Amino acid sequence: MPSFLRLLLASALLSLLAACNRQDAPAAATIKIGNYGAITGKDGTFGDSSTKATRLAFEEINAAGGLLGKQIELVVEDTQSKPGEASTVVKKLITRDNVVALIGEMTSSRSLEGASVAQAFKIPMISPSATNPAVTATGDQIFRACFIDPFQGAVLATFARDQLKAHRAAILTSISSAYSTGLADVFRVQFPKAGGIIVSDQKFAEGDKDFKAQLTAIKAANPDVIFVPAYYTEAALITKQARELGITAPFIGGDGWEAPELIQIGGAALEGCYYSAHYSPESPDPKIQSFVKKYQARFGGRTPDGMAALGYDAANMLADAIRRAGSAEPAKIRDALAATKGFEGVTGRIDMDADRNASKPAAILTIKGGKFTYVQNVSP
Amino acid sequence: MSEFLQQLINALSLGAIYALLALGYTMVYGVLRFINFAHADVFMIGAFTGSYVAKHVPSGTLVGGLAVLFAAMVVCALLGVLIERLAYRPLRRAPVLNVLITAIGVSLLLEYGVQLAAGANPRSFPAVFPVTQFQLGPLTVSSNQLVVIAVALALLGGLQWIIYRTRLGAAMRAVSLNPRAAQLVGINLNTVIAVTFALGSALAGAGGVLYALNYPSIDPFMGVMPGLKAFVAAILGGIGSLPGAALGALILGTAETFVGGSAYSTYKDAIAFGLLIVIMLFRPAGLLGRFTVEKV
Repeated sequence: MPSFLRLLLASALLSLLAACNRQDAPAAATIKIGNYGAITGKDGTFGDSSTKATRLAFEEINAAGGLLGKQIELVVEDTQSKPGEASTVVKKLITRDNVVALIGEMTSSRSLEGASVAQAFKIPMISPSATNPAVTATGDQIFRACFIDPFQGAVLATFARDQLKAHRAAILTSISSAYSTGLADVFRVQFPKAGGIIVSDQKFAEGDKDFKAQLTAIKAANPDVIFVPAYYTEAALITKQARELGITAPFIGGDGWEAPELIQIGGAALEGCYYSAHYSPESPDPKIQSFVKKYQARFGGRTPDGMAALGYDAANMLADAIRRAGSAEPAKIRDALAATKGFEGVTGRIDMDADRNASKPAAILTIKGGKFTYVQNVSP
Repeated sequence: MSEFLQQLINALSLGAIYALLALGYTMVYGVLRFINFAHADVFMIGAFTGSYVAKHVPSGTLVGGLAVLFAAMVVCALLGVLIERLAYRPLRRAPVLNVLITAIGVSLLLEYGVQLAAGANPRSFPAVFPVTQFQLGPLTVSSNQLVVIAVALALLGGLQWIIYRTRLGAAMRAVSLNPRAAQLVGINLNTVIAVTFALGSALAGAGGVLYALNYPSIDPFMGVMPGLKAFVAAILGGIGSLPGAALGALILGTAETFVGGSAYSTYKDAIAFGLLIVIMLFRPAGLLGRFTVEKV
């Protein structure tokens, strides 16, 4: 009797499997694309803005008839701003959802995690906004839609020296973030090259909330400008505590500063501080204005930030590559991506260089009256 | 020299917050002989309660600030009693390990419960107390730092008074010394334990608000690191000893601040925790702890 039961169970399982297979076959009628990012947690606005814009881009393409006659199906996964989560969700997207290409992550450390998995499975991946050079160095499947830190760091060092007339600079780096250490390394070389000196070089760890000890040491060094290559949560807390300690020097930072939460948490402490960004929603460029209007109409009036613009560009860049490849096979998409030339994105014209990095301009923004305000554009 | 004094002020305000948390660990250990891992999350609930109450009181006033602090303490005290009643009391006669696992469960329940209710994104904490900067020669002291130190001192004083000058405090000390004998002389064990949880949790709630005032970004997992450090501080000072917890917290805060401001800021936590290991090697019972022989 038990052996009969076992047989019954086995045959039931088999027919279930067969049923699954049958269901899988028509799924190829769509093109599956995976999107992973930190939608919740410390860097939550990055993934939130970026995935929303990616969704918007694919909705537009689907409404216009899709790609190669097929609809795009977007599968979104949240990395929760946690280390270790990116590799898990990328593996899930590739092995369980069978995506043909990936968009993500927004930060460099988690992109590095996801990139090694994507590379191992030979699935092309575009990071919309990871600026650390090591991300695309992972392998030939990894691309990005943004500029890289050696460029961003040089822009900031020159800006601090020439526009802010700073001579003495202090650096406060997050040692557990690839983005932060990479940007700091560039600034440490470029600022003295531009004629300044680094008077204090302090460190903290991701997730720290008390920076008074480091800031007191920085204050004693009396800098003209303080460079904080960190993400918005830490950057806001740092400037706030610095003002409490009586530090009046302006702070400058990279694209990781860009989030409404920066001003919500930091408030008046951020007035007169500067950061480099991928684009400014205030630009009169008709491409940018039409994107801003579409995004606001779709997502309840929220103005798209740089992460959103890059998420939109990454999605359209991928769609463009699939269209040119004429196929949704990962290997062909990869080759088409590598051949991207003169792609007109919201954040500027994108050319893929030999290292699969996008070469494009940066914008400098400041915080004035509690609002992000455009200052100038810097071209590579 | 002025940098040294400035760092000392920073250390004092950080240590004061650790002390408020460490007292809760040490008090519960004193009466129940187990580590209440959910304590750090009561601290987080204190900060969240504060941010909700702050919307209903005038911001930037002393009265409003004290109201926020008081509300957070009351909510946390009730929460502490509730946790003890529902999660720990049914396990009073169970092995300590079971209670410990339950405590971890309660901790996760609170963290993810708040994440479900309030979302996972960090939110900003409003400035509930008036904020000004005082210049003392080359030193800059923010009013928030003074509030932290003053409130912590007042609460520590109040606690000391309750424990050593009231009948309730005498009952708590009796239970800590020998729970069975305390019951024999007519002390209601359940009441004393509930009061202990209420007091400890109220201090954690106050700590949560003060922490959020100084570091105004709050999220459901904000209690984890300060909780770990306060726990270490309680062990450092000798678990079960109230002055020990306060002393341990001050030492930890000072070590962290001075290493953080030096060229070795990368190793801030490593050195602070390394210090713990060294002290435990020389004084295994903690600085002010006493070795007691476990009677079988």
